Amino acid sequence: MIAFLTYKGILVLIIFTITLAVAAYSTYAERKVAAFLQDRIGPDRAGPFGLLQPLADGAKFFFKEEIIPNVSNKTLFILGPSIAMLTALMTGVVVPWGNELVIGGNTYLLQIADLDVGILYVFGVVSIGVYGIMIGGWASNNKFSLLGAIRASAQMISYEIAMGLAIIALILMTGTLSLREMSLQQMGGVGAHWNFWNVVYQPLGFLIFLVCAFAECNRTPFDLPECETELVGGYHTEYSSMKLGLYLFAEYINMFISSAVISTLYFGGFNFPFMNDLGLSANWITVIGTAFFFAKITFFIFFFMWIRWTIPRFRYDQLMNLGWRGMIPLAIFNIVLSGLISLFVHR
Amino acid sequence: MTLYLFYFLSFVAILSALLVVFSKSPIHSILYLIITFFSIAGHYVLQNAQFLAAVHIIVYAGAIMVLFLYVIMLLNLNKETEPHKTSLAKIAAVICAGSMMVVLVASLKGASYLMAKPGGDIGLVKNLGKVLFDEFLLPFELSSILLLAAMVGVVMVGKQDQRTQILTNTPSTEANKIE
Repeated sequence: MIAFLTYKGILVLIIFTITLAVAAYSTYAERKVAAFLQDRIGPDRAGPFGLLQPLADGAKFFFKEEIIPNVSNKTLFILGPSIAMLTALMTGVVVPWGNELVIGGNTYLLQIADLDVGILYVFGVVSIGVYGIMIGGWASNNKFSLLGAIRASAQMISYEIAMGLAIIALILMTGTLSLREMSLQQMGGVGAHWNFWNVVYQPLGFLIFLVCAFAECNRTPFDLPECETELVGGYHTEYSSMKLGLYLFAEYINMFISSAVISTLYFGGFNFPFMNDLGLSANWITVIGTAFFFAKITFFIFFFMWIRWTIPRFRYDQLMNLGWRGMIPLAIFNIVLSGLISLFVHR
Repeated sequence: MTLYLFYFLSFVAILSALLVVFSKSPIHSILYLIITFFSIAGHYVLQNAQFLAAVHIIVYAGAIMVLFLYVIMLLNLNKETEPHKTSLAKIAAVICAGSMMVVLVASLKGASYLMAKPGGDIGLVKNLGKVLFDEFLLPFELSSILLLAAMVGVVMVGKQDQRTQILTNTPSTEANKIE
């Protein structure tokens, strides 16, 4: 029992640290990618290539003056960013970061909890994530914050539906709700015992899921909740210092986690091409697989940034049109199609 | 261990349920109701009904409560004082709640032998799916058609709005957009 708890505890600590580190360096990467796409240099003052920029930003956030509006509800004002951060960090629990390691006869799973309902857990946490923005925006007692919060909640609820429907098609195909099972089913890739990743069987589902992930993370082109041209700063207009930092940080963590979930569901998770041909021991395959998983995550984070600096922001009615009239009918069509295919062509 | 967890969750559930009723601000009531839902989901997990717990969180805490919060924010009901109710309304509320309790007690009275054994696996997705698609297929399909109809209805309402907008050719207000 003690050994089990220490192993899980260490795993939680490692994943917590990695999540925070990736989120911190995503802020740096975002500015570098933006600079690259706009033919600029980007941050290069703090440390070599500006690599210490995230630390400098973090320190700046801590030393900024903390302002809590007099009229706001203090408890809820502090609760908002806390919930945003908490829910952002909670999803990492069910993501299979790697296969199992066998050390000294003991098997160590590189996943904190292999829930039977893993994907539903992810959805549950995502659906709670909206409270952070709503409570924060309402407690600010500012019209712009309130509008931002209302937009955020409407947007997240609308896109959650399409996201869930996209996942239903995937569940129809894989026959499991556990993220680890889904990863294991995609074992192989190109090479011996070849096997395609889920994206080959579910291209439409993947597209819907990707668009909805952008909307759930409030990333451009769907960053209406913090649309500067209309709403000053959106839901975090009144926030300053580290509370603002937590909101911004939560967005990057969400981006990291959703990249991880997309990689797991559609891009083979910790599997990589030719993994059965290398003739390495299972432990080495696991280690390389985890490295590949993080490479996939990095690619998707880059993709998030690439889109952000390429496509302009949607208008609010366009966003709702896309969600309700584009994504949901398409997702239902995808379910029907997947059902027919799995009925007539047994995989 | 499980027993202590049960007592803890029950304590949280009952306390926050009482706070839902006694707190003055509607926003606080909703937040306490969310905590109640979480502790009830915890009870489901204790009964090994993970699917039910997850769906409970997604549907109640994640969707319905967000809509409640949404409405209260739009109506701006953040007053600490509530208007005085007439005694007629109070008596009607007591009668309604009392008859609701009678119905609940009557329906749960004979339910003791249906109680799941702790640690049983009836709540796991596989077993639940088998029961739903075998024994309760017709009610399940009917309720899913009902939900689908609601969703199609929403899409249709959205479409109608667009057509009137084009006809009148007026720029929609913020309130229209939110709806």
